[in-house]
Amino acid sequence: MRPFKYSRANDANSAVQIATANKAANFLAGGTNILDLMKEDVMRPDELIDITRLNLTQVKTISDGANKGGVSIGGLGKNTDAANHPLVRQNFPLLTQAILAGASAQIRNMATNGGNLNQRTRCSYFYDTAMPCNKREPGTGCGALEGINRMHAIFGWSNDCVAVHPSDMCVALVALDATVKVQAADGKERSIPFADYHRLPGDMPQKDNNLGQGELITAIEIPKNNFADKSYYLKVRDRASYAFALVSVAAALEMDGKLIKQARVAIGGVAHKPWRATETEKFLVGKEATEANFKQAAEMEMKQAKPLEHNKFKVELGKRAIARALMQAMNGGKV
Amino acid sequence: MTEEIQELDLTEDEKKLLEELAFEDLNELSDFGEARRQFLKRMSVAGGAILAANLLDGQQIFAHSLNESATANIENVVKVAFKVNGAEKSLNVDSRMTLLDALRERLELTGSKKGCDHGQCGACTVIVDGRRVLSCLTLAATCEGKAVTTIEGLQKGDELHPVQAAFIKHDGFQCGYCTPGQICSAVALMNEAKNGEASYVTADVRLKGRALQLSDDEIRERMSGNICRCGAYPNIVAAIKEVHTGKAQAQTWQFVGENDVAIFENESKKEDAANETV
Repeated sequence: MRPFKYSRANDANSAVQIATANKAANFLAGGTNILDLMKEDVMRPDELIDITRLNLTQVKTISDGANKGGVSIGGLGKNTDAANHPLVRQNFPLLTQAILAGASAQIRNMATNGGNLNQRTRCSYFYDTAMPCNKREPGTGCGALEGINRMHAIFGWSNDCVAVHPSDMCVALVALDATVKVQAADGKERSIPFADYHRLPGDMPQKDNNLGQGELITAIEIPKNNFADKSYYLKVRDRASYAFALVSVAAALEMDGKLIKQARVAIGGVAHKPWRATETEKFLVGKEATEANFKQAAEMEMKQAKPLEHNKFKVELGKRAIARALMQAMNGGKV
Repeated sequence: MTEEIQELDLTEDEKKLLEELAFEDLNELSDFGEARRQFLKRMSVAGGAILAANLLDGQQIFAHSLNESATANIENVVKVAFKVNGAEKSLNVDSRMTLLDALRERLELTGSKKGCDHGQCGACTVIVDGRRVLSCLTLAATCEGKAVTTIEGLQKGDELHPVQAAFIKHDGFQCGYCTPGQICSAVALMNEAKNGEASYVTADVRLKGRALQLSDDEIRERMSGNICRCGAYPNIVAAIKEVHTGKAQAQTWQFVGENDVAIFENESKKEDAANETV
C-alpha cells in the first residue's frame, strides 16, 4: 500500500473542509472496500480522513419535512445496526433483508450505510491494474466489453463500461424511493433522490455517483409507505451466501382488496446503478396478484435487456427472479 | 566413559539432555549399533522439548527485531492506544498498518491469521467492542480507545472458552488455519443470536427482540464469512450448535439417493433448454 496521511475528523464540517481542500483525499468509514482497493493499488489516496467518530449514526423517525413519518438512517451507522433497528425491521423489512443479503456478518459490522452507497464495482477488470479499465484509468478502454463479462450489466451499459453496482442495500433503497442527505462543501445540506444518486456509465464511468468533491453523506431517508406486509428481497448468486448477486430483486406491493394498488420492483446485479423496473411496476398497477401477471410484468422489463456475450442467462434469470420475489412478497416476505 | 561420549560428537546441550534422561548405563552408548539407535529414539522423545525451547528463543529474538525494524521505518506515524485481551497497549503505527499486522507483528499475538488479506476468508476475524470484524481491513490507527479480543483472549485461565472446547470435541478443523477466525466469529454469533439479530435466512425479520434458536441453516448463513478449505463445515456447525443449544450434538447425514440425482438431472435439462431459447 502507498503511504498516506491519516487524519481524524471530529465533526462533519471539518471532515468536509479537509476533503474539499485535498482532491486526493478520501473519507475512511468502514474501510471494507477502500482498504482492499488501496492494497490492490486501484485507489491511491494520499490522505484518509477517518470519519468513524462523527455523530451520524442514529436511526430515527423523521419528524418533519417531505419524508415526515418515515425513517432516517445515519450515514455513518453500521449496516448491521440499520438492518436490526426495530423501526427498520417493523416498517421496512425489505431494507433489513437486502442489507442482510450482502457480504458477511463481519463486514456488515464494519461497513457503514453511506459507505455502502459509495462502494466501487467488483468488476475484475477494474480490480486488475494490468487490464484496461475506463473506470480506473479513463481512456484505457473496457476489458470486460469483449472479455469475460458473465457478471456484468444487461441494462444501461455503454461501450466505455459494462460494470455493475455491487450493493444489495441500494436495490432496496431505490425501490423504497429513498433520499440521500448530503453535507456540501459550503456547509449546507442538500438532498439527492436515490434514483439520481448513482449514475449510468455513459462516457464518464470513472464517476460512480453524483456526489460532489468533498461532499459527505449524513443520512439516508426513507418515506413512510404501506409495503411492510408485502415485500421481499431475493438474491440469486453462485453460492448460497457471501457472494455478489448474479441477479437480485427488491419487490414490494401495496394491495387494494384483490388488486395491486402500487408495486415497487428494483433489480440488482444488472446495471451500473440499482435498476428500477419501471415497466414491471406500471404493468402491475390495477392487476390481480397472480403468478401469470407477475411473469408478464417481469417480461415487460426484461425484454429491454441488452445482454453481453457471457451473461445472456441473466435475462431469463431476471424474469424468474422478479416473478418469484413478487410471489414471496405476496406471501408476507417470509423465507 | 567421557571419551566414549565425546566420540558420539555431542553438543553441550545434548550431553546435558543425556544426563537428564538418566541412562542407566552410559556405556551402552559406546556401541554405535543398537545402542545408538536407542539413544536417537530417546533423543527424539526429548527432542520436542529442545525444539520448542529453541523456537521460543528464536521467536522472541525475531519478534523483538520485527518490533524494532517496524518502528524504525514507519511513515505517517499514528499513536494509538487500545485494549487487547484486557491489557492496555500503546503503539506508534504506520498509518497503513492493519489491526491484523499490529496484532501479529507488533504485539506478538499470532493467533489471528492472515489468509487472503482482502476480507474474503475470515481467518483474521477478531472481536472489537463486542462485534466480530475483519482485522485485515481495519486500520490500527482507527482502533484508538477500542477493546480488541483475539483467540488468545477467549479462555479463562486454564479453562477453554466453551466454543474452543466444542471445536475440539467435534473436530471442527483439519489444518487449523481458519480456526481462530471461526472461533472468534462463533463466539460473537452467540451474542447476536441472544440479542435476536436477524439474518438473511431468518423466517420473519419483523418478529424481533427475542433470543433466537438457530437452525443449521441459520448457523451456516451466519458463519458464511469464514471459509474453511479443509471443509470441516459439518463439524463446525455441530460445535456451534452444541454451545448454542447447550445440548450434545450428533451429526446427521445421508448418501445422495437416486431421487436426488433424478431431480438434479431434470433441473439441468430445464436450464439447458431455457438457455437455448435466449
